[in-house]
Amino acid sequence: MLVLSRLELAYGGIQAVKGIDIVVDQGELVCLVGANGAGKTTTLKGICGLLPVKAGTIVYRGENVTGSPAFRLVRQGLALVPEGRGVFGGLTIEENLAMGAYIRTDRAGVAADVERVYALFPRLKERRRQTAGTLSGGEQQMLAMGRAIMSRPKLLLLDEPSMGLAPLMVQKVFETIIAVAREGVTILLVEQNARLALEVSHRGYVMESGEITLAGEARALLHDPKVRAAYLGEAA
Amino acid sequence: MPGLIDARHRKRLAWAGVVVVAIVLAILPFALAQVGTAWVRITNTAILYVFLALGLNIVVGFAGLLDLGYIAFYAVGAYVYALLASPHFNLHLPFWIILPIGAALACVFGVLLGTPTLKLRGDYLAIVTLGFGEIIRIFLNNLARPVNITNGPQGIAQIDPVRIGDINFATTQQVLGVAVTGPIKYYYLLLLLMIAVVAINVRLQDSRIGRAWEAVREDEVAARAMGINTRNIKLLAFAMGASFGGVAGGMFSAIQGFISPESFGLVESVMVLAMVVLGGMGNVWGVILGAILLSFVPEILRYTVEPAQKAIFGRLLLEPEVIRMLLFGFALVLMMLFRPAGIVPSSVRKRELESRRA
Repeated sequence: MLVLSRLELAYGGIQAVKGIDIVVDQGELVCLVGANGAGKTTTLKGICGLLPVKAGTIVYRGENVTGSPAFRLVRQGLALVPEGRGVFGGLTIEENLAMGAYIRTDRAGVAADVERVYALFPRLKERRRQTAGTLSGGEQQMLAMGRAIMSRPKLLLLDEPSMGLAPLMVQKVFETIIAVAREGVTILLVEQNARLALEVSHRGYVMESGEITLAGEARALLHDPKVRAAYLGEAA
Repeated sequence: MPGLIDARHRKRLAWAGVVVVAIVLAILPFALAQVGTAWVRITNTAILYVFLALGLNIVVGFAGLLDLGYIAFYAVGAYVYALLASPHFNLHLPFWIILPIGAALACVFGVLLGTPTLKLRGDYLAIVTLGFGEIIRIFLNNLARPVNITNGPQGIAQIDPVRIGDINFATTQQVLGVAVTGPIKYYYLLLLLMIAVVAINVRLQDSRIGRAWEAVREDEVAARAMGINTRNIKLLAFAMGASFGGVAGGMFSAIQGFISPESFGLVESVMVLAMVVLGGMGNVWGVILGAILLSFVPEILRYTVEPAQKAIFGRLLLEPEVIRMLLFGFALVLMMLFRPAGIVPSSVRKRELESRRA
């Protein structure tokens, strides 16, 4: 589905991602964990065309999409739920969802998908005429995910969905991530909350200052002493 | 079924409203001419400002790009008309050829301004656009040497009026025993153009493009993640806004018969922006109202303030111009306090302001 090889990304002169290899297969839920500033968000931005690629290649569904702009990738089924949600605060929930379906022209399908999103997040249906800016952080996260689903993605990139949320809300958000994955959407999840991310994922990558330091089955990583020491707050 | 009857009743009322407005607009110039032909001219200018305000509203209201040099596009349209229909180059093309050329060239200038400023927002964009407006004006002022293109500060005179067949828009004609003056003819032409411009704007507001502009205004990164080509959609806003300015400029040239760079200063840009803000950014009807208010109120003041002062104090204490700016500033302060989203706010803008305050 997605193959990154020797991918390098930089902000001006600062190298943020130093040649990483990541593979996400069809139907998988893969997580990318690591500390603040490790380059996780940068990686996602590079994949979806929001940041120019310095070196290396991105192959998506067998096609080299390195350097493709974001708006084109969305049309090819690659959707991003940006860090900090990025919902349109002045628009209602309904309007936000409509915006998610911007690239689609099949009205009936869009209407059906709106109902699908409401079924997934009943909370959003209750408040559908409310502006997104008045929602709580957790509700905004749900809306951001719902909005991304509206574009009928084949690969969903989630950037820190748990950030700034109350523990109960985090639990809920992760439940919906699993639900979305069950619907057959391939997911690449970036998280600081390594334990939760590894618990729900099939495979995981650990990133440290711009490089992948560990990779493997999520369950194996959960029991890896190095991971436990560095990210799960346990003594080695 | 009271609901159904109600809906039908309301529809009938709406149609009645449209008919009333149409009749008023149709007989308006003759009524105004009774007061004085000057008022017909003032109305024509007001309609030109409606074009300008609606054009700027696309850039500022819909796409959220603050443009302080908008009058430059008006200037481009005006000069295209003046150069192609005056003794200056001895060209006398008909207006229906020049107007599209003016719109197209203004559109090119819009893209020219938009391209280097794609990454700028807010204050920074405002500064660059302000500079752009001044550059155009200064060019117009100085393009008289070595080759005389714009005739510099003297401007271009004897610009051809609009002619359609045998109808010359600069002269008075007798139609069915009624004297139809030039300004009245222009009024009807402008009215037709205005109906087209308003229709385009109303359609834009609820279109896919309108939604894309809304998204860009709210959050550009998120807009890109929605699959919106933000570069093209912003350039489109600049281009469309500029073309409306170009059309307005062309009509201005034809009506005035004389233009000079002086007419296209920064104050004009600010004035048009004030119309958009006062009326209600992003709301077509609000913007129209803003344009009409800000074009008429100063004129009404001009005709009332002087006589009033003379009647009360026996002499002129305050120039109408001074009072105009005073009232204008006062109105803007009041508006920011009580109706920050404009007199007729756009629903989205209003919600944005409220959610930001909350």
